Amino acid sequence: MSRSIGKTAGERVGSQDRIWDPAETLPREALEALQSRRLGEIVQRLAPVPFYRDAFAHREIEPREVRGLSDLWQLPFTTKEDLRRNYPLGLLAVPREKVARIHGSSGTTGKPTLVAYTRSDLETWSGLCARFLVAGGLREEHLVHVAFGYGLFTGGFGLHAGIERVGAGVVPAAGGNTPRQVMLIEDLQADALVCTPSYALHIAEVARAGGRDPSSLPLHIGFFGGEPWTEEMRAEIERQLGIRAFNNYGLSEVIGPGVAGECQGRAGMHVAEDHFVVECLDPLTLQPVPDGSPGELVFTTLTKEALPLLRYRTRDIASLDRRPCPCGRTTARMSRVLGRSDDMLIVRGVNVFPSQVEEALLRVEGTAPHYLIEVSRPGALDEVAVQVEMRPENFSDEMRHMIALRDRIDHEIHAITGVRMTVELVAPGTLERSAGKARRVLDHRRQPQ
Amino acid sequence: MKLQQLSLFLENRPGQLRAPCEALGKAGVDILTMSLADTAQFGILRLIVKDWERARQVLEATGMVVNLTEVVPIEVDDRPGGLAAALAAIEEAGIGVEYMYAFAAGPRPGKAAIIFRFEEPDRALVALQARGLRVLAAEELLEKKSM
Repeated sequence: MSRSIGKTAGERVGSQDRIWDPAETLPREALEALQSRRLGEIVQRLAPVPFYRDAFAHREIEPREVRGLSDLWQLPFTTKEDLRRNYPLGLLAVPREKVARIHGSSGTTGKPTLVAYTRSDLETWSGLCARFLVAGGLREEHLVHVAFGYGLFTGGFGLHAGIERVGAGVVPAAGGNTPRQVMLIEDLQADALVCTPSYALHIAEVARAGGRDPSSLPLHIGFFGGEPWTEEMRAEIERQLGIRAFNNYGLSEVIGPGVAGECQGRAGMHVAEDHFVVECLDPLTLQPVPDGSPGELVFTTLTKEALPLLRYRTRDIASLDRRPCPCGRTTARMSRVLGRSDDMLIVRGVNVFPSQVEEALLRVEGTAPHYLIEVSRPGALDEVAVQVEMRPENFSDEMRHMIALRDRIDHEIHAITGVRMTVELVAPGTLERSAGKARRVLDHRRQPQ
Repeated sequence: MKLQQLSLFLENRPGQLRAPCEALGKAGVDILTMSLADTAQFGILRLIVKDWERARQVLEATGMVVNLTEVVPIEVDDRPGGLAAALAAIEEAGIGVEYMYAFAAGPRPGKAAIIFRFEEPDRALVALQARGLRVLAAEELLEKKSM
């Protein structure tokens, strides 16, 4: 009973789409003028940094002549490799004594990529986290359970500061010992949960294993990020924990969490465009793709002091939507991350991502079965075949249902990717799995374009 | 009486038909009759077996997708026009037939058995019996085979 009252209150609070920073609603013209001014400033500040000084010289760019957004296209890109080559802090744009904090992204091999913040950067960052927390419905009176790691990883400290900035209470639970996390959430009556989406499901699982109904936990909002996830996973988290789940996006190189986050509309994440210029580019040609088409997100930081980056290539594939949002924010919205640019396939000139096929299967089947995309070029044109493993619950004894199922998959794949693929239903367990992870793509073409 | 029919999803490649039959053979499960529906890419094998629960376990243990469907065995006269007469009764009752196949010979001399998959098996059962069609009991079909 108390639970249902709690949930209702949560929904009511959450449905008031409050805006943290007036900058989020700047008219586009004013926003773009601000971006242009800040871009000019940042280029000037980067001019003495050896890496950019060389890159400007190489491209014959005179930093003082970079006046605004219209000059963006000629500025050099920055990659993760560039940061690695300049380890630990070769790209620092302020004197060492100005550095207030170091974070880093976990390199799976070798040295991590380190990033630095000044006092003012930390202030900017916490404000950006506060934006998406408030957009999702966080208020001063709430208590937030943070199960992100606290350390070099930006998740824990970033969200922690954002929550405090909003004025809400924070439980810095960090990772590990999930039964104890469940206990703390319950005993402290936490309102909101911050962690990765997969950890949210794990919390629900552990609660259930401990004999608790996870939906009876006091939580009513969740802010999840740090890894790509799907709409299906969102529905699952919401159902299991009885919360509303919000997506947010960030990467340490750009600032950490707070680069973008969802409003109540949850139709894409609002990019903090007053602090970052976002571009969506074809990863091969590096030319802009139209809004709504997937491409690689590239960010230019506009206000960072310690480690400003020009045109940082994220390798994350998403699409942009610059249409006005009913919430009143004027900033562009990015879709959830659809995949990594390294996974991209080009089929008959169209960029296709395995995650799009997965999305189509999700729409038809409710959950994504195992699948394998095979690309070949038997004649002049690329052919794509998608093998989809039958799931017992979707197997019908009647041929017309089976043909209808295949046709629906066919239709959704075409609708989402714009490419016709031959859909083949195959028996479960037929598709090869290596170490539990399924192989998604086989490209038989000799020369990938 | 309704019968439990097992349906299997088969890919269109060599060995797909043999595998389930072999698995059932090894487990000593008798196949009474079967029908195969196919497209260029995949097929559905429908089986009536003596012990469907055991057959299902055996097939599922080999990783096959097995679906359970209720079907109705109807006795028809084993003479020209015998099946047509039964179908006329079915049509008159306004019952849709999803598919049908023969159960070889029926349990009684001069009679054949046909397996029907109806849209509404329960309604079909009542309507057809009311129209004088003889719906066979599972035991009749199963016993005959063991003789």
